[in-house]
Amino acid sequence: MQTQEKEKQTETRHMLLNVGPSHPAMHGVIRFIFELDGETIVSADTEIGYLHRGFEKMCEVGPYNQAIPYTDRLNYVSPLINNFAYCLAVEKLMGLKVTERCQYIRVIMSEISRVTDHLTCIGATAMELGAFTAFLYMMKAREFLYELVEQVTGARLTVSYGRVGGVKADLPEGFADQTRQVLKEVRKVLKEVDKLLSRNRIFVDRVKGVGVISKEDAIAYGITGPFLRSTGVNYDVRKAQPYLIYDRLKFEIPLGTNGDNLDRYYVRMEEMEQSMIMIEQALDQIPPGVVRIHEQGEPMVAAQMVDEAKMGRIAGIAQRNVLLDPTLQGSTKGFHEKVNVEDKKTVLPPKEATYGNIEGLMNHFKWVMFGHGIRPPKGEVYFPVEGANGELGFYIVSDGTERPYRVRVRPPCFPIMAAIGKVLEGGMMADVVPTFGSVNMIAGELDR
Amino acid sequence: MDILNQLKSKFSEYVIETHSQCGDATLVIKKEGVIPLFSYLKTSPELDFNFLMDLTAVDYLGREGSRFEVVYHLYSLSKNHCLRVKVDVGEEDSSLDSVSSLWPAANWYEREVWDMFGIKFKGHPDLKRILMYEEFQGHPLRKDYPVNRRQPLVKPVPMN
Repeated sequence: MQTQEKEKQTETRHMLLNVGPSHPAMHGVIRFIFELDGETIVSADTEIGYLHRGFEKMCEVGPYNQAIPYTDRLNYVSPLINNFAYCLAVEKLMGLKVTERCQYIRVIMSEISRVTDHLTCIGATAMELGAFTAFLYMMKAREFLYELVEQVTGARLTVSYGRVGGVKADLPEGFADQTRQVLKEVRKVLKEVDKLLSRNRIFVDRVKGVGVISKEDAIAYGITGPFLRSTGVNYDVRKAQPYLIYDRLKFEIPLGTNGDNLDRYYVRMEEMEQSMIMIEQALDQIPPGVVRIHEQGEPMVAAQMVDEAKMGRIAGIAQRNVLLDPTLQGSTKGFHEKVNVEDKKTVLPPKEATYGNIEGLMNHFKWVMFGHGIRPPKGEVYFPVEGANGELGFYIVSDGTERPYRVRVRPPCFPIMAAIGKVLEGGMMADVVPTFGSVNMIAGELDR
Repeated sequence: MDILNQLKSKFSEYVIETHSQCGDATLVIKKEGVIPLFSYLKTSPELDFNFLMDLTAVDYLGREGSRFEVVYHLYSLSKNHCLRVKVDVGEEDSSLDSVSSLWPAANWYEREVWDMFGIKFKGHPDLKRILMYEEFQGHPLRKDYPVNRRQPLVKPVPMN
């Protein structure tokens, strides 16, 4: 009798809780509005768009190659994959096929990027669950890989390494040995992290059976990547529609069974191992690049070359080795012959030619001047690659001019974020953090 | 392409043209055919397009015929094939049927198309802006929206 009266007096209501857009547990700027019954989430509303920069609109303004720096800023944890995806889409539109060496370079750099992406994802998730050591270990491993990326591209994050018809620069000397050494270090770190996390009671209790999505739901929401594979669906663009030289590499697609956070953690851990196996295979198979021979005398400073040429002293200038700005070291003649496509309309001429003869100079200007540059034929193309978070597709419409008519990117995070509300519903408030961490949401590609 | 010919004969009243440029099988249809065609594509066992990979639109301002094209990229997991379907949408009545009942993935994609192009989807559960804010005027990816037009929510405050 007494309790009944008490129940009448205490009225229970659902509480609305706002999380974000700037919250310590949110990796990027995103806002959740939860309706809570006690600590249980009744419904979740996701609001995105806080990092919208108008990527697609900006791409329509400049020439084709000027979109490449923008693609760095999509998924800024693995920018190289974005670079190559865009280049591959434009190349498909133009009917170009890049050289063998370039394809291998692209695969090696993509897989390095994938490892850095997964390291960041697992590291950040572990940190949010209190495992700070694992985070620092993984950042250490990522740092080794970033150093490799820096050597090749000249930048750590905003790499802009891809070019339509090739890449910016060849791999530096001794890259293969150094990479093998780095992979050894990364494996050591992964082994340590595996020991720290995989059988750690606190970690496993927080992630096991949490954030479950069924196979059918994942497919219906168009989810791809590790998130889909954790439910046991075998879809990987590298296997389903092989591009570059992925069909020559032997690798496996790790699959989960439950579709929960723990499976996503395992899938990512195993994918890193598979990526490293791929890098090693590619390093074994890659055709040789340029061996720098200094038989044409001492290299000449580029500015001096221009001065000499202006004064008409051009005899033998085109044969000299040129000493370039550190960021352009890869753009020499030998590199062009080995890596870039043989199409003067597509790639910049080698720097010796630009400075040393009029044809090269004209070619250079025809490429960089306003209203000039590459002109893919009229048409449209969709090219998917396997990004770190799932299928990354570029849909490009060309009207035959030097600017893309429309560039659309299919961000892998977008469908996952569309489904995340459904995944979180029915769970506990504290489970938001590990589930959201396992999505690896990158606001840059989500909001574009 | 087999799929294209098969669909062309089956849905001859809706199909405007087909092509497979750069190897991408493409079907251009009238907007009346959205629901019958897509339900067939999804449920037919020999096609089995269970993935809606991408949904976007293109603004062909100033071309003859309809102004917009809504572009669907479909993928079938079991058959490992892709299909691009483009739907012509005119400027005056820029609305077409939503496919969010077939693929939940379409929910957010359609919101984005509405936000960026101002194309309405009939039968969409909650058609509101997604990337831009509610107060935003116009649709930024339309070709007649100037690229440098700014609409700041917070006006600059003079320093003095």
